[in-house]
Amino acid sequence: MDGSTAADDTWTVAGRTFRSRLIVGTGRYKDLEETGRAIEASGAEIVTVALRRVNLSDPNAPMLQDYVDPKKYTYLPNTAGCFTAKEAVRTLRLAREAGGWNLVKLEVLGPPPLLYPDMPGTFEAAEALIKDGFEVMVYCADDPLAAKRLQDMGCVAIMPLGAPIGSGLGVQNPAMLSMIMEQVTVPFLVDAGVGTASDAAIAMELGCDAVLLNSAIAHAKDPVLMARAMKAAIEAGRLAYRAGRMPRRMGADPSSPLTGLIR
Amino acid sequence: MHGSVTLTLNGETRVFEGPADGPLSVAALLVAIGLDTRKVAVERNEEIVPRSRYADTWLASGDSLEIVHFIGGG
Repeated sequence: MDGSTAADDTWTVAGRTFRSRLIVGTGRYKDLEETGRAIEASGAEIVTVALRRVNLSDPNAPMLQDYVDPKKYTYLPNTAGCFTAKEAVRTLRLAREAGGWNLVKLEVLGPPPLLYPDMPGTFEAAEALIKDGFEVMVYCADDPLAAKRLQDMGCVAIMPLGAPIGSGLGVQNPAMLSMIMEQVTVPFLVDAGVGTASDAAIAMELGCDAVLLNSAIAHAKDPVLMARAMKAAIEAGRLAYRAGRMPRRMGADPSSPLTGLIR
Repeated sequence: MHGSVTLTLNGETRVFEGPADGPLSVAALLVAIGLDTRKVAVERNEEIVPRSRYADTWLASGDSLEIVHFIGGG
């Protein structure tokens, strides 16, 4: 492993292999031009996208595809804004028709202010989508039983939150995420809560296969610079995980020999 | 015979004239609105209209359509 570069260290979800371990959302930027530049700087190969009504009064408005090329990036349609299984399934069926993608991100949310994953709704939607031929990457609670159940149902990636969506509170549950990881054999991602680069590094040091984030870049003062920071943090966290951190000890252990001291 | 067709488009009531020689198809509707069909998906009365069927899916007054596309999202 030592001496290998990031380029050798790939991960695979639903038979597709990626080098970047950062998945970024495309929402909440100032404009589409900034979206395109930030995503480019992040080095991400997968981007999440939302499906919404076309503005019929302005049918020629610039579209996301003009700034984030679907041939260059893997579009991962999401179900953001869906509060029931029915809405989520309907949305992703339309997304499949709009772009032909089977690989999707499922999220069924509870009400504001937490937008916490609604697990009964998530199970119901995942079951319907898998039956319908979708490959489902699933946003979920940090619940070991739920994660195992979603994997057993056939979800292709398990993606619990580190903190509520858009909160930027960082990874609040590292111990629980590690425990869930023990039970999961499909790709495991932290999907929400990252606020800054160190949060993303922490998620990767825990052993996550990848991290999904949006607001941490889009809401930074300089989103393009933060996108670069996230890219570096994901790589650093991954390398640290592979390197294997030193054990923690409750006391000092000097780095220099205590012998041969001058007197 | 065919005359005008009243549709609910993305939640708004809109009236369209069908072509003189027949009913209004989804394909003709998208042309009338000015949309690039390659970038949208269409649902008619909560059922997806596959792209391959735009030309021979006929619309009738009272139909409800959702026309959607991808936007930025997390």
